[in-house]
Amino acid sequence: MSGATTWSLGEGDARRINALLTGFLQEAGARTTLLIDRNGQMLAAAGEPPVFDQVAFASLTAADFSANDQLARMLGEAEFGALFHQGERESLYLADVARRVILVVLFDNRTTLGLVKLRVKRTLQELNLLFLELFARGNRDVRVEAGFVGEAEDEIDRLFGTL
Amino acid sequence: MSLINYASREINCKLVYYGPGLGGKTTNLEYIYEKVAPTAKGKLISLATETERTLFFDFLPVDLGTIRGFKTRFHLYTVPGQVYYNASRRLILKGVDGVIFVADSQIERTEANLESMQNLYDNMVQHGYDLTRMPFVIQYNKRDLPNAAPIAELQEALNPGWPVEDPARQRATLDPDRPGEYLVRQVDGTWVERVAYFEAVAVQGVGVFDTLRAISKRVLKALG
Repeated sequence: MSGATTWSLGEGDARRINALLTGFLQEAGARTTLLIDRNGQMLAAAGEPPVFDQVAFASLTAADFSANDQLARMLGEAEFGALFHQGERESLYLADVARRVILVVLFDNRTTLGLVKLRVKRTLQELNLLFLELFARGNRDVRVEAGFVGEAEDEIDRLFGTL
Repeated sequence: MSLINYASREINCKLVYYGPGLGGKTTNLEYIYEKVAPTAKGKLISLATETERTLFFDFLPVDLGTIRGFKTRFHLYTVPGQVYYNASRRLILKGVDGVIFVADSQIERTEANLESMQNLYDNMVQHGYDLTRMPFVIQYNKRDLPNAAPIAELQEALNPGWPVEDPARQRATLDPDRPGEYLVRQVDGTWVERVAYFEAVAVQGVGVFDTLRAISKRVLKALG
């Protein structure tokens, strides 16, 4: 055991994910859907490009989901599989995917929570299968290409060196 | 858990500032936020109480730019230092790629430093991570205060070193940041390794970027 495992998302994976998300958006009438990993990193997005800071949004979503996960355990539940945040105009529906990823659906009054929940079920099943397969593929030996580390170190010196 | 996203050509790494309450973790992030060029940083998010004590975490993304076609970004987090926020601390450590322990140098905070270091080890083990085998540095903060303990005492308490089991790593290794000092050395016939440490006065920015530079390089090396 050492640190956390490094894993990767390939272009083929991204295409399959995008097709699933796009199909779901059309069926549910939602505006935007995002996939965020539980560590707060954005994996994919589909629909209208969000106008907010996506990096900050991803970090807060992961924290929100993790905190609620702990609350569920305190209640004796294994998890809260989904969360709903209701706003006056914009609402958020968040659901777990394969215990490591969060599907976020942004929607407004052009659709309803009921329709989003109804349509999201199949998408979640398909995303679950996709990510379980992706994680099972074994990303333990994911490495950056030769030369990356050296260049990155130079960049760190350039960015932080004079501060 | 670094994520290499070949589709969006991004690499994201997570760094966590850990340590006792009021030790200067948030101050480190605030100084970094203040100094890094606007193009290289995102929004600084603080989930804090009304009295500006960290409640959940602070978060600051720092962009390293595009390297070999990959947009490379560090996600900097702090944890709440106060003892009773342990559930939140553990959550933030999930998926961490590198840890910076910010110790409070004041003699009166010796106990709090030790308790927090033990808590860090415990929380890492609960996630299944081994702190001795991943990027980890210590920052001794508040070096300007008259009641700051000598570095040797702090090292003895917080960074005594752990035995090196792997024969391939049992060789004297100099600390690249401290001429004449060793990170790996033999003590009474046993090979021991200490982590690199940095002296800091975070409110003035002293040592803040030395620490960040050191942990960033270690995290990227672990990817290679």
